[in-house]
Amino acid sequence: MTENRNLLRGETGDWEVVIGLEVHAQVASNSKLFSGAPATYGAGPNENVSLVDAAMPGMLPVINKFCVEQAIKTGLGLNAKIHTWSRFDRKNYFYPDLPQGYQISQYKDPIVGEGEIEVELDAERTITVGIERLHLEQDAGKSVHDLAPRESHVDLNRSGVALMEIVSKPEMRSAEEASAYFSKLRTIVRYLGTCDGNMDQGSMRADVNVSVCRAGNYAKFVETGDFSFLGTRTETKNVNSIRFVRQVVDYEARRQIQVLEAGGEIDQETRLFDVKTGETKTMRSKEDAHDYRYFPDPDLLPLTFTDEYVEEIRASLPELPDAKKHRFVSEYGLSSYDAAVLVADKDKSIYFEDVAKGRDGKLASSWVTTELFGLLNKEGKEITESPISASQLGSLIDLIQDKTISGKIAKQIFEFMLDEDAGKDPKDIVEARGLKQVTDTGALEAAADKVIAENPDQVAKVKDKPKALGWFVGQVMKETGGKANPQAVNAILKQKLGVE
Amino acid sequence: MTDLTKKTIAELRDGYAAKDFSAAEVTDAYLSRAEAATDLNAYVRMTPDLAKSQAKASDERIAKGEARPLEGIPLGIKDLFCTKDIETNAASHILDGFVPPYESTVSQNLLDDGGVFLGKLNLDEFAMGSSNETSYYGPVVNPWRRGNEETKLTPGGSSGGSSSAVSARLCAAATATDTGGSIRQPASLTATVGIKPTYGRCSRWGIVAFASSLDQAGPITRDVRDGAIMLSSMASHDPKDSTSINRPVPDYEKALEGGVKGMKIGIPKEYRLDGMNEEIDAVWEKGAQLLRDQGAEVVEVSLPLTKYALPVYYIVAPAEASSNLARYDGVKYGLRVHDDNIHEMYMKTRAEGFGKEVQRRLMIGTYVLSAGYYDAYYLRAQRVRKKIADELAEVFKSVDLLLTPSSPGAAFGFGEKSADPIEMYLNDVFTVTANLAGIPGISVPAGLDAQGLPLGLQLLAPAFGEETMLRGARALEEALGFDAQPTEWWT
Repeated sequence: MTENRNLLRGETGDWEVVIGLEVHAQVASNSKLFSGAPATYGAGPNENVSLVDAAMPGMLPVINKFCVEQAIKTGLGLNAKIHTWSRFDRKNYFYPDLPQGYQISQYKDPIVGEGEIEVELDAERTITVGIERLHLEQDAGKSVHDLAPRESHVDLNRSGVALMEIVSKPEMRSAEEASAYFSKLRTIVRYLGTCDGNMDQGSMRADVNVSVCRAGNYAKFVETGDFSFLGTRTETKNVNSIRFVRQVVDYEARRQIQVLEAGGEIDQETRLFDVKTGETKTMRSKEDAHDYRYFPDPDLLPLTFTDEYVEEIRASLPELPDAKKHRFVSEYGLSSYDAAVLVADKDKSIYFEDVAKGRDGKLASSWVTTELFGLLNKEGKEITESPISASQLGSLIDLIQDKTISGKIAKQIFEFMLDEDAGKDPKDIVEARGLKQVTDTGALEAAADKVIAENPDQVAKVKDKPKALGWFVGQVMKETGGKANPQAVNAILKQKLGVE
Repeated sequence: MTDLTKKTIAELRDGYAAKDFSAAEVTDAYLSRAEAATDLNAYVRMTPDLAKSQAKASDERIAKGEARPLEGIPLGIKDLFCTKDIETNAASHILDGFVPPYESTVSQNLLDDGGVFLGKLNLDEFAMGSSNETSYYGPVVNPWRRGNEETKLTPGGSSGGSSSAVSARLCAAATATDTGGSIRQPASLTATVGIKPTYGRCSRWGIVAFASSLDQAGPITRDVRDGAIMLSSMASHDPKDSTSINRPVPDYEKALEGGVKGMKIGIPKEYRLDGMNEEIDAVWEKGAQLLRDQGAEVVEVSLPLTKYALPVYYIVAPAEASSNLARYDGVKYGLRVHDDNIHEMYMKTRAEGFGKEVQRRLMIGTYVLSAGYYDAYYLRAQRVRKKIADELAEVFKSVDLLLTPSSPGAAFGFGEKSADPIEMYLNDVFTVTANLAGIPGISVPAGLDAQGLPLGLQLLAPAFGEETMLRGARALEEALGFDAQPTEWWT
């Protein structure tokens, strides 16, 4: 085996960390999973609540077919097996923001089974992470405790909103892998349009399962499938950013190793992440665990559809990030990592392709990732808010490719397009500002002659030290206001100064 | 003028058309009769103003020749059906003061067909019971008595308000629900006709749920024809109920005629219980003979799994109920017994809000679904349920209908069975299989026992065999010629 870069050093030897994620992704849908109430974000308290969501007596759930389609789409995007027969179960527990007294979920027979996705870590490393299952379930409402000193309030707007729970296999081995996986999932659902991925609005959140084991035991687990080789896991609930996932894994792995090395035991428990301290703390121990008394929901028929229906959906899928990444590599000659960076955001990949189409892919990638992304990062803007359009940037690259301007001038024009020449075509800017590259050899020769005549000392030096030629090139460029073609200047000077 | 409350739905319909009397007159007759019958405790709340305005509107439609199928027919609605702006509490303390802002699909169907609502009918709390003794509002009393005795008897349950009201002519017909026999057993004990349709035939939307996979609405009426008329209006495909079946609703009244000549009717030998009441056996034999006389072929069939039906029912129904009734937690509507601690509030509210029988079933249901017991109880019960349904489907390949008693005995006195839940549960022994298998059943008054109490016979049909079942029931009714009435001691 190759060296294991994920080993954690403890006082008593090396440890490995094993991570599995349960990601809750809110289905992008106008209405809820089992009612017609709006599923939109930001409504006033209890405005988006139907009789079904409030669990009025005699109310019955009716499945939202669009949510089912979204779940199938997502399953296909995860390269997973779609189950044409699945079933909804009731998960029973009492809580004020759970009006029915049960959550409708899929326990034994989920709509989507095993799959796997590629996750890029850096320029060299791509891993594959297995998906255990995806199932549909209802979200609960929200309890509000800070409106009155001795009362709690309940907002049922989220009650019944459709969620997809995407469960990974315990195959991630570092905070880096776990956060990259979470990020990749977000990319996939955003490409598919099945979840908006807005983590700050709670549209995507992860329950992070972490355990540690002695170095080498994970390999034994993989070999035998025997979970006893793995340590006891903790589950940290509702982690809602990629950075926090990383923090949770780092914190939990360190904490668990400390407990174990001090002779303690890890409790199988549910924990909460404190954003302020970056620590996790006990929420509920195993002893307090609910007996959810799962059973098939008798108000709903099993969820069935045909293979043809799945194939219809498959045929309507947009190009997915991995396919696009591979295409960018082959079509535009990009490195796999550069391609992965571009496809990570669907809008960015579309922008890039608008720029690169029919042009030098590498040049386009360099301009998009370095100049444009640098600018957007600095200004805190999304690609969709870019002050320079893809057609402007493409036109600029055309000017470089046909040698109308040098790369240096192009950067100046880029700056102009942000400011006084905003919205203008680079061609017009070049024209208006007289920035066209000088390739007229007569003019260049005259400029070279002038520099040579005015600097006899430098001419003497260059005979012994050919590297000094660069100084002459610089002077000629200055003479021509930077518009000279540097290769042409170089050739003329070499010839005039007799330098090889 | 003859007593208008003696008329069947069919007779009222004809009388309205002939302008013999008005819907307002009929409604007033029922209202005054029902208001005087407080001893029966059949209604938990009456809606006279609503009834009068509906009757008035019906008379206008009748005058314009725009009468709908149930135009001006005064109905009682079991208080398990949510009725818009009319308090509905399933005879439970926990739903105190609950006024639904919506109308159940079945009651809406009746309104759309011109029905007049006299009020809400009493029942066992959350429809859990066979004697109406579990109602928070006290038991309904059966209009029938043992000879000249004054002992109050049960009208059956859970639809005891419906059966008593129809039997005592406190409404022309009533809605009811049947989860294990709650339409057919009360009908049997009150000499009325009760129909439990195929599961999915009537929408469950807006009916307070007891056991979702078993609950089914149906009518209790004076005779088979009225049952057919009511069912035609109550049944529909409802997109709001995922278990509702998308299938056209036949005109059941048209299916009544034709008799049983050439039909094959099965007598399940396992329904002949050890130590069974001889009078019931005699009525059963009489019914079989009458069908034979009408030209039906009556054959003995075997349903060996029947003996498991009751145990299966008392696992499945409480399990579903334990989950369905979790919503009554004091948070959103109904009763709340205050406490600063949320868990204490839940416990106090549910302890005070639910009666003993409901609590017993919630405990059983919670137990059979809990970790470690689920496989042994719930899962196993569901497997047996499937086998029971398969066994019935197999038998229906060779017979058109099954004939059985509706209940193992006649009406009994309050307290006679309520001390022993198991004995009470045995009331459902003949009816519960139909709920487990989702098939339709009907109870028809068949005779009186030696004490003068009604006994009923049940016909069962395969799923969506309502038309054949009604034809058989009509033939049986005609042949039996049952026309006894209870002595009116309560007026």
